[in-house]
Amino acid sequence: MLSRIADTMYWMNRYIERAENYARFMDVNFNLSLESVPDAEQQWKPLVMITGDWPLYESLYETVEKEKVIYFLGFDPKNPNSMYNSICNARENARAIRPELTKELWEQINYVYFLVKDGLEKKRWKENDPREFFKKVKKGCQMLYGIFAITISRTDGWHFGKIGQLIERADKTSRVLDVKYHILLPSLQGVGTTFDLSQWAALLKSVSAYDMYRKKYGKLTAVKISEFLILDEIFPRSMNFCLIQAEKSLNTITGNEGGFSNSAEKQLGKLKSTLEFADINDIFDGGLHEYADSFQKELNGVSSAIYDSFFANKYESINLNTTKQ
Amino acid sequence: MAKVNFSEYQIKGFYDEMFDDNRTVRPSYDLFKKSLEKVSWNKLNNLQNSTDRTQLSLGMTFNVYSDNEGVERILHLDIIPRIVSGDDWDFLSRGLQQRIVALNMFIDDIYNDQKVLKDNIIPKELVLSSASYMKECVGLKPPQNVWSHISGTDLIRGADGKFYVLEDNLRCPSGVSYMLENREILKRTFPEMFEQLHVRPVHDYSHYLRDMLESLTEVEKPNIVVMTPGIFNSAYFEHSYLAQQIGGELVEGRDLVVQDGFVYMKTIKGLQQVDVIYRRVDDEFIDPKVFNKDSLLGTPGLFSAYLKGNVVLVNAPGAGVADDKAVYAYIPRLIKYYLGEEALLPNIKTYICAEESDCKYVLENIAQLVVKQTDGSGGYGMLIGPHSTKEEQDEFVIKIKNNPRNYIAQPMINLSRVPTLCDNTIEGRHVDLRPYILYGKDIKVIPGALTRVALTKGSLVVNSSQGGGSKDTWVLDNK
Repeated sequence: MLSRIADTMYWMNRYIERAENYARFMDVNFNLSLESVPDAEQQWKPLVMITGDWPLYESLYETVEKEKVIYFLGFDPKNPNSMYNSICNARENARAIRPELTKELWEQINYVYFLVKDGLEKKRWKENDPREFFKKVKKGCQMLYGIFAITISRTDGWHFGKIGQLIERADKTSRVLDVKYHILLPSLQGVGTTFDLSQWAALLKSVSAYDMYRKKYGKLTAVKISEFLILDEIFPRSMNFCLIQAEKSLNTITGNEGGFSNSAEKQLGKLKSTLEFADINDIFDGGLHEYADSFQKELNGVSSAIYDSFFANKYESINLNTTKQ
Repeated sequence: MAKVNFSEYQIKGFYDEMFDDNRTVRPSYDLFKKSLEKVSWNKLNNLQNSTDRTQLSLGMTFNVYSDNEGVERILHLDIIPRIVSGDDWDFLSRGLQQRIVALNMFIDDIYNDQKVLKDNIIPKELVLSSASYMKECVGLKPPQNVWSHISGTDLIRGADGKFYVLEDNLRCPSGVSYMLENREILKRTFPEMFEQLHVRPVHDYSHYLRDMLESLTEVEKPNIVVMTPGIFNSAYFEHSYLAQQIGGELVEGRDLVVQDGFVYMKTIKGLQQVDVIYRRVDDEFIDPKVFNKDSLLGTPGLFSAYLKGNVVLVNAPGAGVADDKAVYAYIPRLIKYYLGEEALLPNIKTYICAEESDCKYVLENIAQLVVKQTDGSGGYGMLIGPHSTKEEQDEFVIKIKNNPRNYIAQPMINLSRVPTLCDNTIEGRHVDLRPYILYGKDIKVIPGALTRVALTKGSLVVNSSQGGGSKDTWVLDNK
């Protein structure tokens, strides 16, 4: 597997995951805005905060309005992380590694690409109800996951793609958790009210966790929801689950069965074991925000280590390791 | 809903591929026309629209050089096919084989013994001054003694109904992916017609290509890659398509490294040796150590690894010397010289501006002639005399006087026409024909081609970069 291809595969999957998350965030938040306090700032600002692009938003727009936020996150070509740009980037990456992909996967990527391109041209953010559009993008991305899963051989490239997807997913889950905690619960008076509950439900829905959470815990509580999204070992969008699976893929690539063989394995293994042995009460004692913040930093470190270990071509320094397939 | 009919269709004195001069349908189109006339206009338009969508979803796009980067277009596929009779094809196939054998002997001779120059069959200066002549290749012996393993020849049919060779593409001919994908699309558009008509298949091109590439090395299970200039190249779709079809990695120059005279690709687990490179990067860009020093598309040391025989480059560097447009004029004589045979496929009369009497004729008759740059391609740098303004002609007169070696001229040929769907009606549009040839241990002429069509009314320029589209080409079985 060419280093460039592995790198591209990793990013293609990260971008698809990012776009799908954004589509879901907006679908859920729009839904929520229909029945909650109609304060646009309170309703839509947290969404921009989640993505980490608040400084950019502030520099481009003076006020927080529903339409502007939807445009910024969904379509804005000036926002490098907008759903539109994420899909364009995913497609450019896919184009660069077209021979690694199946025809079905490539056709579906193009389908989603033309969907968002058309969305930009038709100004979908101005529609009374853009949810149908976001649902289409979300389903389009989920179809991509499915095609990726059932048509691509489990090559190293597939595993790098998987790692990219899981790291992005863990990052987004941690962000959803972080921002909601801060914005929603500045004072304790609001806790337990209808408003608070519907916000927590929305939070779970933002990461497709509502149904599985209800099944496991029934009652909505801040601690249990946080535990579910951070530590659950079998829910596929929890931070812990994402890292467990990412480590499995990384070990498959290196053939390593214990310990670590490079800095990527070392850092990922370390981060995963902190989750493995964490107690939700300790996390709350230390502060959920601080926890999420440091998790995101560590995760960026893992991503850099993967780059250094596999994608940066430092061939001068390694022995000529010629392999023949 | 009105059915498709040809009552308004104009032939206008051109050679029409579907009708003869008496408006009688030609035998090769008989069944197709009958089937088409059962289809409503509405259905036909829907079929065309769904073809456009399919092309987009397949990402069959190309970038146009003159546009800003990032502009992707599809090569419009007109759903009315170009049909070639089995007899016509078998003749063309023989002619193409003859021609490619002679051309390869010529290239080999030029870089080795130069007998053809010593025997004064073609002027020495003319050959050695070609921009595509690579002095670095002197003495080279590529595998099987073949230089141009993968080629595509542009043919046209004139008003007399005869096929002529317009030009040879011996370096990196493009378009074969369109031949293959157009067929896949049309099989969905007109499934019932394929059943009735016995169209010869083209899909085995990829298998032949892989076999041919493998035959060029002694290595068992060779590592074969396709080398592309990258995602912004206009033919990137094709590069990625072919890499996928033959199951090879698609590499860029930066993915390769030369160490101790061998070529390796940089993988996540170290370096892996490369045995055969189907390169779609032009000669001058493949190795900055030898050719264009500024090239970022190539790999330093690649050419020397090739000279050592440690890697195979397909096509061989230097092969372009034989598709220089001035050399073209001599090809019938080269066929005679190397094979002792008359050329089966005629050339178009060509005036070589490097030769004094020809040049004089060209300058005096420029308004009637098509002038081409000898190293040009893609429809750039040419003048179509009868369709040009006085200013454009004057500009070319100056260009020719300044550098006569760089120009040739040919009479304007009225390319044959094929009925083409244009805005709810069917009109004749001019076409050419580019079949593809693979040359390894043996020669395979794939029974199909890219038919390029000038979509603009009256236009004779079929190049995709100049508003051309394409058609699927159906070669019929002999009855």
